Amino acid sequence: MAISVFIYPLQYLVNLPVTMGEWMSESVTSRGTLLEENERLRVQHLLFKAQLQKLAALQVENVRLRELLQSSKKVSENVLIAELLAVDLDPFSRKIVINKGSTDNVYLGQPVLDAEGIMGQIVHLGPYSGTAMLITDPNHAIPVHVNRNGLRAIAVGTGTPDVLEIPYMTNSADIAEGDLLTSSGLDGRFPRDYPVARITQITKNPTQPYATVIAEPVALLERAREVLLVWPSDKVAQPASTTPMSDTATGAGSEPQTATQQPEPAAGPQPAPGTTEEQ
Amino acid sequence: MALAKSQGGIVIFITFIVALILMMMPLPDWAKAARPQWLIMVVVYWCIALPDRVGVFIAWMTGLVLDVSTGSLLGQNALAFGVVAFLAIKLHLRIRLFPLWQQALSIMILVALYQIITLWVKGFTGQSAQSWSYWLASISSMLLWPFIFTLMRGVRRFYRVR
Repeated sequence: MAISVFIYPLQYLVNLPVTMGEWMSESVTSRGTLLEENERLRVQHLLFKAQLQKLAALQVENVRLRELLQSSKKVSENVLIAELLAVDLDPFSRKIVINKGSTDNVYLGQPVLDAEGIMGQIVHLGPYSGTAMLITDPNHAIPVHVNRNGLRAIAVGTGTPDVLEIPYMTNSADIAEGDLLTSSGLDGRFPRDYPVARITQITKNPTQPYATVIAEPVALLERAREVLLVWPSDKVAQPASTTPMSDTATGAGSEPQTATQQPEPAAGPQPAPGTTEEQ
Repeated sequence: MALAKSQGGIVIFITFIVALILMMMPLPDWAKAARPQWLIMVVVYWCIALPDRVGVFIAWMTGLVLDVSTGSLLGQNALAFGVVAFLAIKLHLRIRLFPLWQQALSIMILVALYQIITLWVKGFTGQSAQSWSYWLASISSMLLWPFIFTLMRGVRRFYRVR
């Protein structure tokens, strides 16, 4: 929107004290704290690297097995890190402003993630900034499945921070407290198999056809400072500065990409026709 | 009166910008709902003080800018701002004569009207997950009005805005 070009300097101005404060606290941190943090990050890095090694092998194996099953492969994604602007919006809807816009090839409906899970999607786009609707917004719903058994569901926002509702869950459905819900990708918008929420409360009422299921988002919706913008790999326009999710993902990029991410709401888990060219 | 040429438009503009910045300033979670409606109060002030300069049209445009900056439905604040500005201009001769506390009460009513219109539009668009804390903004605006009024009058006189 054209007006948002004029708004952005104001938002930048509002955000400035926060950035300055962060910069200040960063530059006056004591050496001891830095060393300690460095040590902690080094250990974490080592751990993640070890896990990544295993992941690489698993990913290749997964592709091979899926080829055996003649099923579609999982598609790799590219990501870009954006920063939140400390700007308050309407207090009763759940939205955030990020410092990347259409000049960074961000597009409407683009998934926004943080380190823990899915946060939401882009709803407004200016040249230098974007507004993302969080999954807890009352106007937002995301298709998910239970990670344990693949049971499909929809997670609807309530407007209350950290509360998602799972409607239309029958009393007999195989779902339990503590179950992890991951995105199912059936909407063709969110990438598959990213963590979304964890079931916190199930109230089964025999007089009602459906149980009341409440889940808590795993992403740190109210706390995260940096977010990840994800480009599913069938989107052509990708900024040059994005980084692939892992090394094997780029390796697999030479092979024809399959259609898991295309907007085919009715496709479901079975492979779409035309995805079998690699046999 | 042909002697008074209008001047100080830039001052009015700057007060709008400052109010808009205050509307976007991050607040802690517990205080978010009670954020004073700075922008509508500044608009109402200018409507009362200089009704021939700031009217429904400028109020509408200001509301539109607020819509974009808060990510709400485009036109929702613009509509409410327009209605409130119309009423403020209608009543400006009366409100000017009120003592400060009585002015504050009428501001509370104007801000509450603004909130009612916004709530109505939100109800249409299915975002009406509200609590009673929604109305705290009217109260906080009322409490701040004497301060804002005095400040704005000082600004207006100092820069000879007319």
